[in-house]
Amino acid sequence: MSTAIKKTQKLIEEVLESYPEKTRKERSKHLAANDPTGECGSSCHVKSNVKSRPGVMTIRGCAYAGSKGVVWGPVKDVVHISHGPVGCGQYSWWSRRNYYNGITGIDSFGTMHITSDFQEKDIVFGGDKKLEQLCREIKELFPLAKGITIQSECPIGLIGDDIESVARKMTKELGIPVIPVRCEGFRGVSQSLGHHIANDSIRDHVLGKGEMEKSTPYDVNLIGDYNIGGDAWASRKILEEMGLRVIAQWSGDATLNELSIANKARLNLIHCYRSMNYICRYMEEAYGIPWVEYNFFGPTKIYESIRKIASYFDDYIKEKAEKMIAKYKPMMDRVIEEYRPRLEGKTVMLYVGGLRPRHVIGAYEDLGMEVIATGYEFGHNDDYKRTYPELKEGALIYDDATPYELEEFTKRMKPDLVGSGIKEKYAYHKMGVPFRQMHSWDYSGPYHGFDGFPVFARDMDMTVNNPTWNLIRRRKI
Amino acid sequence: MIRLKIKDHNELFHEQEYLEQFERKREFEKPCSADEIEKVLEWTKTEEYKEKNFARQALTINPAKACQPLGAVLCASGFQNTLPFVHGSQGCVAYFRSHLSRHFKEPVAAVSTSMTEDAAVFGGLNNMIEGLENAYALYKPEMIAVSTTCMAEVIGDDLNAFIKKAREQGAIPSELPVPFAHTPSFVGSHITGYDNMLKGILSYLTAGAKKRPNGKINIIPGFDTYTGNIREIKRLLNLMNVLYTVLADISDVMDSPNTGEYRLYPGGTPLDEAVDSINATATVAIQRYSTVKTGEFIKEVWGQEFIALPMPIGISNTDRFLETISKITGRVIPQEIEDERGRAVDAMIDSHPYVHGKKFALVGDPDLLLGLISFLMEMGGMPVHIVCTNGDKNFEGEAYALLSKSPFGREGKVYIGKDMWHLRSLLFTEPVDFLIGNSYAKFLWRDTGTPLIRIGFPLFDRHHLHRYPIIGYQGAINLVNWIVNTILDEMDRKTINTTSFDVIR
Repeated sequence: MSTAIKKTQKLIEEVLESYPEKTRKERSKHLAANDPTGECGSSCHVKSNVKSRPGVMTIRGCAYAGSKGVVWGPVKDVVHISHGPVGCGQYSWWSRRNYYNGITGIDSFGTMHITSDFQEKDIVFGGDKKLEQLCREIKELFPLAKGITIQSECPIGLIGDDIESVARKMTKELGIPVIPVRCEGFRGVSQSLGHHIANDSIRDHVLGKGEMEKSTPYDVNLIGDYNIGGDAWASRKILEEMGLRVIAQWSGDATLNELSIANKARLNLIHCYRSMNYICRYMEEAYGIPWVEYNFFGPTKIYESIRKIASYFDDYIKEKAEKMIAKYKPMMDRVIEEYRPRLEGKTVMLYVGGLRPRHVIGAYEDLGMEVIATGYEFGHNDDYKRTYPELKEGALIYDDATPYELEEFTKRMKPDLVGSGIKEKYAYHKMGVPFRQMHSWDYSGPYHGFDGFPVFARDMDMTVNNPTWNLIRRRKI
Repeated sequence: MIRLKIKDHNELFHEQEYLEQFERKREFEKPCSADEIEKVLEWTKTEEYKEKNFARQALTINPAKACQPLGAVLCASGFQNTLPFVHGSQGCVAYFRSHLSRHFKEPVAAVSTSMTEDAAVFGGLNNMIEGLENAYALYKPEMIAVSTTCMAEVIGDDLNAFIKKAREQGAIPSELPVPFAHTPSFVGSHITGYDNMLKGILSYLTAGAKKRPNGKINIIPGFDTYTGNIREIKRLLNLMNVLYTVLADISDVMDSPNTGEYRLYPGGTPLDEAVDSINATATVAIQRYSTVKTGEFIKEVWGQEFIALPMPIGISNTDRFLETISKITGRVIPQEIEDERGRAVDAMIDSHPYVHGKKFALVGDPDLLLGLISFLMEMGGMPVHIVCTNGDKNFEGEAYALLSKSPFGREGKVYIGKDMWHLRSLLFTEPVDFLIGNSYAKFLWRDTGTPLIRIGFPLFDRHHLHRYPIIGYQGAINLVNWIVNTILDEMDRKTINTTSFDVIR
């Protein structure tokens, strides 16, 4: 075992000392020193996708967050009901920055909070009647809505409501699909199961039900891009410029129709593997559509991904792909020339969800920065397997990390930049550690594609090199 | 310095190549036609749509309220070295922490018992025991304040029995205070949860602590997300030489200094003071609707005088607050505060021409609305649409009584249990000049063009507003500032390139 690995393992032991024994034993399985070669074996692998320990602050959310907040929420021409008490919809309202074109409240409903606002009587007597009435009222007040989804909150499953039957009845009565989603927050261990449940509900109620006039050999789906700050648009620009025809975006700026015709594509391109691999696997089995993972963060990975995608097509696409790379490379080189000297050698700690803990590593490397620690809120084994080779030996990997662990690791590893979420952001500000939100891009973006990388570089630079950090006067003890 | 011009989302997506991309995408969207959209858009502005909108029975759209445990977490965080602990699903706690952090721009600590399917079947006892054990060991709190999510409430978990069991099993020391409150999210709103948690904490801490009167008064801010308000109350009481305890004092917790270290418990009401609150002369709450149960408890169980005042927003409410404090403590209101009053009144007089006769729509929590109605009428502003999603009949009655006291209140109409989509209709059918509400209300500005003055909770899209008081005479000056300068900005915007584009206003 190398010294780099041993050093990190020692660090992990130190940080775990504060835990009660049972929790220490449990948490130790979720922390590891990276071994990109795989020779170190299971002691360098983390356990994942298991329950968080009660009472230990977790950053994870719930299945509802995974379905309403991530997969379904961005589908813009559908009304998503937060079915149950008022809070879940309130806290997830207009917060994820899934950009879309459309007129909100008229033909698009993405940034609205629509809820059955359960009261005690609904818990006692059941909410099915109310749900029926609510669907009728949606149809009346939002006549251009193309469908309705019922995003279940915790009580729905506990009180035994039959939302499936309401959905069937209302689909018939209203003439638009009414889709039940069993994403109650207590299901599973994190957002992750919510993604899966949402994928399955799209599969069962939407996919394959639409018509597309003509097909071309270049039809693809852009999957697992939620258009945060316009990411999917920046990605689509690349795909179109290389000659592909994107027939559906999943699910940033998506319409129900796009999801319904996606089975006509020749190839599925998947960015966020974690949240949408399910539908890709299904389309592969049911329709024989191959799928390929790609990474549009930072020029190195973008070039690599463009060539990988092009390899599925003919010379026409391959040539266009090369032309495009040649066209954008000077611009990317210019961005690197500008920012790299200011960021060279800086170290980064990441703790995010979905695809980012591994996908942004290359973009940081393009700027001369090194990711020394990373981890997933709700990753599975297959995410970690894809991550180990991306990092140096001895890099720290954490799964479902707690704020306590993150803080302790930060103190010891002294990164120049931390990338995580809103719940972590201000603790790092207090600690005087430059921080960027890597879920919402800190209200910036896009970060995907050729148009996104300059924004990414600018943002990392502004935070790492901002003078405010120097104003902090440490408390005298 | 950087020489590259970088375009982010603010500019990129207005560029021709993106506009063309969006057009190409429509082929797959099966969008509604421009005609259809235009027709429906115009229809939503009509009286007919308003009637349909107000006729709905089951559907809630863009409500201005959150759920009980959010209020419980905020309340619990206002006690020193106290860990807010929520029994139920873990996603809720992630949401509370995010929501509060987005408003305060501060770290928010809270833990969950992370209940999942098995707990749904067998109950959450094991989660509670392990949760308390871990939370105590890791976060070393002096108090753990337990509230619940709707999951735990629906399955009927018994907090009292569970916590007792945890002590018996040695998960937590027997002397560790673990107050609790049942906070079902399907009853009331965040203000109810605040009330329940505060009552839970006070009843737990003060049990058996009755001694001789300590000569102090207690102040309960209520569900108030202006850290500046609490600092202002303390400043005023200090100027009056009043001995006091602020209960659930979030000011240093949700607005802590940057010292290069993260502190889990940066402030809050000291626990010994909270224990001693039972021995105060009186308790003054400066919100009524978030302190109903706590007030009953203080009166009935403590046998202490409990005075629930309107929020000291505006001149008369602040007068009343200071006079009440003076009366119960025997302290005089010093000249310094009297001078502040004079300055606030002076500011209001100076700015009155721009506010007089202007019509306002307001949306927010009941106590905030009552304070703002009073303040606007003091300046000759006219509250017209008053929407209170979490308002009850008492609020409605009180609001009408207040409106009837001034000729400027005669057009005021109070809508309890209604949401911001109802307000959207009202703003189209009976337009007003200005809108007061939280950040979410910006959709109303977008849709109806009614300029928004951001007062309330949450405030996500403007920075630092919550650091400024809106109560006391200083708060009145801040309100005049925000309101009149929004009015003047709007006037400039409307008169740009006309002769009315004046430099002196």
